[in-house]
Amino acid sequence: MKFPINWLNDYVDVTEYTPEQIAHYMTMSGSKVEAVENIGDQIDRVVVGKILEIEKHPDADKLQICKIDVGNEVLQIVTGAHNISVNDYIPVALDNSKLPGGIVIKKGKLRGVESNGMLCSFNELALTKEDVPYADENGILIFPKPYELGMDVKEIFGLNESIIEFEITPNRSDCFSVIGLAREAAATFDKPLNIKKPDVKANNENVNDYAKVTVLDTEKCPRYTARVVKNVKIEESPKWLKDRLKLSGIRSINNIVDITNYVLLEYGQPMHAFDLDKLSGKEIVVRCAKDGEKITTLDEQEHNLDSSMLLICDKENPSCVAGVMGGMDSEITEDTKTILFESASFFGPSVRITAKKLGMRTESSARFEKGLDPKGVIDALNRACELVEQLGAGEVVGGIIDVDNSSNEPYILPFRPDYINSFMGFNLDRDYMVKVLSLLDFKVEGDKVTVPSYRMDVEGEADIAEEVARIYGYDKIESTFMKAETTLGVKTKDQKVKDIIVSALISQGLYEIMNFSFTTPDIVKLLNTNNPDFSKMIEITNPLGKDCSVMRPTLMADMVKTLAYNFNQRIQNAKFYEIANVYLPQDGEKLPNESKRVCLGMYGDCDFYTIKGAVESIFEKLKISYYEFKTCSDDTTFHPGRCAKIYANNQYIGIIGETNPIVNDNYSIGARTYIAELEFNKLCEFYKEDVKFKPLPKFPAVTRDIAMIVNDEVCIGDLEKGIKQCSGKILEEIKLFDVYKGSQIDEGKKSVAFSIIYRAEDRTLTDDEISKVFDKIIEKLKKDFGAQLR
Amino acid sequence: MKELLNQIKSDATSALCSIDNMEQLENFRVKYLGKKGEITAVLKGLGSVSAEERPVIGQLANEIRFELENAITQKRDELKQTEMLKKLENEKIDVTMPSKKSEMGNKHPLTIVQNRLEEIFMGMGFSIADGPEVELDYYNFEALNIPKHHPARDTQDTFYISDDVVLRTQTSSVQARVMENTKPPIRVIAPGRVFRSDAVDATHSPVFHQMEGLVVDKGITMGDLKGTLEIALKKLYGDDIKLRLRPHHFPFTEPSAEVDISCFVCGGKGCSVCKKEGFIEILGAGMVHPKVLKNCGIDPEIYSGFAFGIGLERVVMRSYNIGDMRHLYENDLRFLKQF
Repeated sequence: MKFPINWLNDYVDVTEYTPEQIAHYMTMSGSKVEAVENIGDQIDRVVVGKILEIEKHPDADKLQICKIDVGNEVLQIVTGAHNISVNDYIPVALDNSKLPGGIVIKKGKLRGVESNGMLCSFNELALTKEDVPYADENGILIFPKPYELGMDVKEIFGLNESIIEFEITPNRSDCFSVIGLAREAAATFDKPLNIKKPDVKANNENVNDYAKVTVLDTEKCPRYTARVVKNVKIEESPKWLKDRLKLSGIRSINNIVDITNYVLLEYGQPMHAFDLDKLSGKEIVVRCAKDGEKITTLDEQEHNLDSSMLLICDKENPSCVAGVMGGMDSEITEDTKTILFESASFFGPSVRITAKKLGMRTESSARFEKGLDPKGVIDALNRACELVEQLGAGEVVGGIIDVDNSSNEPYILPFRPDYINSFMGFNLDRDYMVKVLSLLDFKVEGDKVTVPSYRMDVEGEADIAEEVARIYGYDKIESTFMKAETTLGVKTKDQKVKDIIVSALISQGLYEIMNFSFTTPDIVKLLNTNNPDFSKMIEITNPLGKDCSVMRPTLMADMVKTLAYNFNQRIQNAKFYEIANVYLPQDGEKLPNESKRVCLGMYGDCDFYTIKGAVESIFEKLKISYYEFKTCSDDTTFHPGRCAKIYANNQYIGIIGETNPIVNDNYSIGARTYIAELEFNKLCEFYKEDVKFKPLPKFPAVTRDIAMIVNDEVCIGDLEKGIKQCSGKILEEIKLFDVYKGSQIDEGKKSVAFSIIYRAEDRTLTDDEISKVFDKIIEKLKKDFGAQLR
Repeated sequence: MKELLNQIKSDATSALCSIDNMEQLENFRVKYLGKKGEITAVLKGLGSVSAEERPVIGQLANEIRFELENAITQKRDELKQTEMLKKLENEKIDVTMPSKKSEMGNKHPLTIVQNRLEEIFMGMGFSIADGPEVELDYYNFEALNIPKHHPARDTQDTFYISDDVVLRTQTSSVQARVMENTKPPIRVIAPGRVFRSDAVDATHSPVFHQMEGLVVDKGITMGDLKGTLEIALKKLYGDDIKLRLRPHHFPFTEPSAEVDISCFVCGGKGCSVCKKEGFIEILGAGMVHPKVLKNCGIDPEIYSGFAFGIGLERVVMRSYNIGDMRHLYENDLRFLKQF
């Protein structure tokens, strides 16, 4: 909502404050000022001058030398313009003057002749053809009449005005008007508010002889009022009216349309003017659309209507979408002779839905949808008629049509100063509160307060508290610290586990990334996946685009995308992790299953075992000791020979592997890429918080090495498992120290060597004991894996 | 004999001076003090000395032996010292050569700032709550006093999954869930992702982060809200900042406020960062609306509370002087390494 700041002074005297002060105090009392624009700020030292002499420049054909009287002196100025003549009044930019666009004019010499300023065109003053219809497009602006010499040109064009722009919150429909904001200003500055009731002379005729109004849907239209103006003369509005509209951002059309727009800004009440002669039966019927009905609105768009939309119709056809936009058929034109002014109250949510469905949000619908006071319609209607009479735009017919089905019950709330003080953190006395409330038009009687009818936002006592507090000043409320029962600020187990995982991954050199929660349904193809989880994704009904239209069922797609992005930035090595939710549909539940995943990814200076190490570092930090990587060759996102499913405590916990070359192609990443995805919930479940100290060993360890030849397909993990099974309690550690293929080893075989450390808690182990264990191991490895000892 | 001993002593003394390594020193020791050494020989030859002279010569020989032993020990220490210095000298390295550290990763700047805020509020007794990101319309809107077709819904362009399931537009959705499940006293923060259908540009993202705060207890006042935020924001931005509360409107708080802090670039004098206002809007807050309390089964006549919501992206961008929000979701390693 923006308008020239002077307009406020029509209702409340704030002339003693600068625009900046007004902006500050209004903001602090709850009417946030977005901007104050002093439109003349960009122009300085540009004055009215009169041309006394013109002569040719001795050395330049296109230049002329002028002698110009600017009141207190006569200046010599060189100009390239040729539309000027002696005795013309023109705008003169003096030495050191400022023009729009940050241009500074200084005196100087043009082709050797001194020039002490510049003559201005209307473009150079940032005026438009509309401001100065008389001006020459390509020459100096010549004033049509003399002005006082030396006068600041900003005064001529009203450029001294400041425009103030307010941010109106959706609850304050009453502040969507100059009068509403004047009321706020009056309370803010503790000044009297002067709003005159509009005074309409009108003739002796009866409006009911001219028109008839029937409201069929009183819920969507609680009140409809109308007046008629005859002998209308459609013409241009006077300058003051056009200026105010223009400075408020509204284009002038003609006197009648301008009046409705002026009242819209002044009272916040949208108005509509119908050409009464074009209304069939001279009748207004307020009803919902019939399915299939159509209307062409003033913007020349045809709309299909449905039965939820309220219309203003004549006897037969729709003439206006109620509260949104008028129709072409009853539009005011140059030939209009009789008009019907509408000032009505429409049900906000209905206007909002209609405007949304039709895809047109107008100044009018923006106000109606927030809810407007049915009591405000008459003043606005009369104000429009008063302006018609003032402008001589027509003859107002006597009487008002008023179909009023609105509630007249005043809204009364309890008034408890103690209650207000109890949660505001101040201690104001009753008298002060009463005074503030009365400035805002609330009436306090005993322990009751009557809310003004236009304050539809005030619903309870908390709202009354806010009214008091905002005028008192939020800045005067003292900062205190809660005096309440002590509460513990501690992390939950999940939050601790997350911290542990993060520290493990960081220590392994991984950087955290963040990706959007939605993605493209194409990830099924891009990830080359055969995972059934991805076939039923949660879809967004109104996505920004296809590429972000489903909630991601995995973090792996975004991980590969991020790795590819970095690879294509020519970054040689990258290691990332992301911890975020994935979203999977749940049968019989409205909400999806949101479960947190931990995703790792890397390329460059790393291999499968690097990412495996990063995953194991998580297990280590979480004290998860029983886990397994099981060969997996059937997940098509991965390299069939370089992928594993991860199990902890015999439960599936995630997947790890090198991505399939098809995936790398899909994402245009030219490096071997490794990713893993783990289920956070499982990690939490298996995390052991309490750790018990184990006494340091008292007896020596015995280390034995074992080397064997096995078939290539035999997994090291399985050999380890076998060794573990045979070793019993005395096993301390198994270390793989060599895997060898090549010369001296038959093809399809490999040599594997482990170092095994044994130790007993309560004794020194004997050779005998170890040998027994070793015999068992050898037997098992031979039997299960066909191992040949070396 | 006496002369011989004195001669040995003076020879040994001068010989010792010219010794400059351990090997020579050992030879020296053997020469004089070894089993076949000169002093040892003298002592062995004592038998041929007269009975009167024997104790005198014996004493002298032992004295000389003792002196030489001491001198040898001293020389040995000196030599060790010198050798050590030489070794150290040889082991000199170029300390300006690159190090061999294993590379550490890092958290995303959004997480860093979120963690910082979490710590601040946990220190004030807040715990961290969580709620679904795909949320029922009820928790995101209706429980918060935003019925269907309320104009406030226009300011939050919502992604819908179905008529009554949305991607939460604000972490305030956690408020009602917490209040339904917890008896006061309540002190929680709820950081997390929120979603609005804004196209990506330098200052907008359809996915961003907020942190909600909620306190409900007996006797909680707007002064407490101010005090709590003042502590938190001073911890975040430094003790010099000033706080400013401006009246505003949120459907789920009443009274409501927008909270500004004095511009940390110009200190409140006015600059391009604060658009010459001297203050920067940092969060929205207010007293929990009695209707919201009632919706969650808490009696507003007994309890009151405050709530606030901070946009984390904005805090991150200002803290690190990041001009374009897109950096936060582009995940360029060169960006991520800077924090």
